[in-house]
Amino acid sequence: MAVDGIGAPRQAVSRFREGRLWYRVKGSPLTLVGAAIALVVLFVIIAAPLLAPYPPDKISLSARLAAPSLQHVFGTDEVGRDLFSRVLFGARASCGIAFAIVILSTVIGSIIGCLSGVVGGIVDTAIMRLMDVFLALPALILAMALSAALGPSLFNAMLAVAVVRVPAYVRLARGQTLSLRNRTYVKASRSFGASPAYLLRWHILPNALSPIIVQATLDLGGTILTAAALSFIGLGAQPPTSEWGSMVSSGRNYFLDQWWYITFPGLAILISAMGFNLLGDGLRDMLDPRLGGR
Amino acid sequence: MSEPSGDVLLEISDLSLVFRTSRGPIKALNGVSLNVRAGEIVGIVGESGCGKSVTMMAATRLLPKGSAHITAGGIRLFGNDPMKLSERELQHVRGKLVSTIFQEPMNALNPTRRIGEQIVEIIRRHQRLDAKAATSKAIGLLRDMLISEPERIMQAYPFELSGGMRQRVLIAMAFSCEPKLIIADEPTTALDVTVQALILSLIKHKAASTGTAVVFISHDMAVVSQLCDRLYVLYAGRVAEAGTTASVLAAPAHPYTRALIRCLPGLVAPKQPLEQILGTLPDLLDPPAGCLFKARCREADERCKAVPPLAAIGAARRAACWRRIEETQSA
Repeated sequence: MAVDGIGAPRQAVSRFREGRLWYRVKGSPLTLVGAAIALVVLFVIIAAPLLAPYPPDKISLSARLAAPSLQHVFGTDEVGRDLFSRVLFGARASCGIAFAIVILSTVIGSIIGCLSGVVGGIVDTAIMRLMDVFLALPALILAMALSAALGPSLFNAMLAVAVVRVPAYVRLARGQTLSLRNRTYVKASRSFGASPAYLLRWHILPNALSPIIVQATLDLGGTILTAAALSFIGLGAQPPTSEWGSMVSSGRNYFLDQWWYITFPGLAILISAMGFNLLGDGLRDMLDPRLGGR
Repeated sequence: MSEPSGDVLLEISDLSLVFRTSRGPIKALNGVSLNVRAGEIVGIVGESGCGKSVTMMAATRLLPKGSAHITAGGIRLFGNDPMKLSERELQHVRGKLVSTIFQEPMNALNPTRRIGEQIVEIIRRHQRLDAKAATSKAIGLLRDMLISEPERIMQAYPFELSGGMRQRVLIAMAFSCEPKLIIADEPTTALDVTVQALILSLIKHKAASTGTAVVFISHDMAVVSQLCDRLYVLYAGRVAEAGTTASVLAAPAHPYTRALIRCLPGLVAPKQPLEQILGTLPDLLDPPAGCLFKARCREADERCKAVPPLAAIGAARRAACWRRIEETQSA
């Protein structure tokens, strides 16, 4: 029975896998930066109450608009709230909502897209034309209109941005489904008697996943921006919630004399959006089969 | 006409099939008749695009919905018309009664799932076995395919295996539910010659020990001649010749069969220059009148302006060539 094709011991195989991942990450320091920023943001979201020196809503009128100092690292705002604490808690609102939006739109979009691709015909056409209508409108305008119609609140802003993001995932998932549907292993599975639901669950979704994950990571940065933008114009988080967009919005009145008020929440938006974009870019390079990443 | 006894598993009679395209209907099959009996290995030979795979995919209804249309004739698969089966009945037939081995082993396994999961899943779909029994059955199947350390291969992902290994896994999968009929669609085309021989003998022995009938689709006369009991030569969507492998090889009746055999090194006459079949397949969008092989045939004459029927030309032999038919009649 010595007709075996591969003789490498199991251990070598797994070491090869780890080695390859490390090799790829090492080759792209920006991905590491992005991943580090993403980890920091995640950590802050979880541990904000432990890290923040003050409660985010603690008003201290004696320390209004104080410049950055050892007591208040980022300074204070117009009612004396500690900006450092507010920026930390703001990660929950700003990035938390971005995660929620991306997860919501990814799940909904992928399911609709896969179904559309599998079912085909009139259903497919109807879904895709509807998505085209969504895509024809500028995303931010549509999100503004939706959240204004639903009433300004963080939850409604989240729904609005999620709806706006869905079409991109529908198109992506549908395209993946169409190309995977004709793969030999899907045909082979059909020839062994697999049901359509099984094909979708085990053959199409898992293989369509990696571009969807990349798209989702890339979208996180943009979603942070969109959510902050909605809050900035007053359609998202309402005061006194600490949210980066609304902090920038109220801070812009003091921009000339109290630069720190607008700068630190703004920097938080910039850095987290950039971090998720870098991570998404790096993931795409690693997972894209055309670059030999599989 | 005497043919091997046994239940007829698959009977295709006078099947015509077109693909509707924007340029018009492509007449992919034109009155194809063939049958497969229990336990025999039947070869379907012909060059690319002559309808080999289409015939068998039509039989298991794996052709894409909407584009392929059967215009005449019928299919009986285990006594049923696959076109009339419900999706659920089809799922039962596929895998349990008939399964398929595909041409490209590199793409026929899901890259995101372990080999073991993929085999066990098929076994459990059609047989009432618990996970443990199914796993040990899968390991046994892999061992039958001469895969050493099958336990380890069960845990591997497809990309860790070579093409030959993957094709053996796929053969194990095809046999896993003990089907009565296996369609092997050029299973050795993507493999190198040394592995080819192994794969062929694995299929042959496994089929013999389980009594499974095999339809072996190939463009390679040499491969078919090693493996098959009977063969059908297809040309441009028509059966050109049919008969037992030995008799066809000994005295090929149709000029196309003869040309195919002459393309092989050493099969007929050693140390003679190999020949090629000049020309290409006729355009099936707008097929010429008469015998479709006429344009490439050296023996074509006036008679070939009419389509030759597939007529008996001897014991268990049929051919669609006027010359042969008249020789038989005058004899």
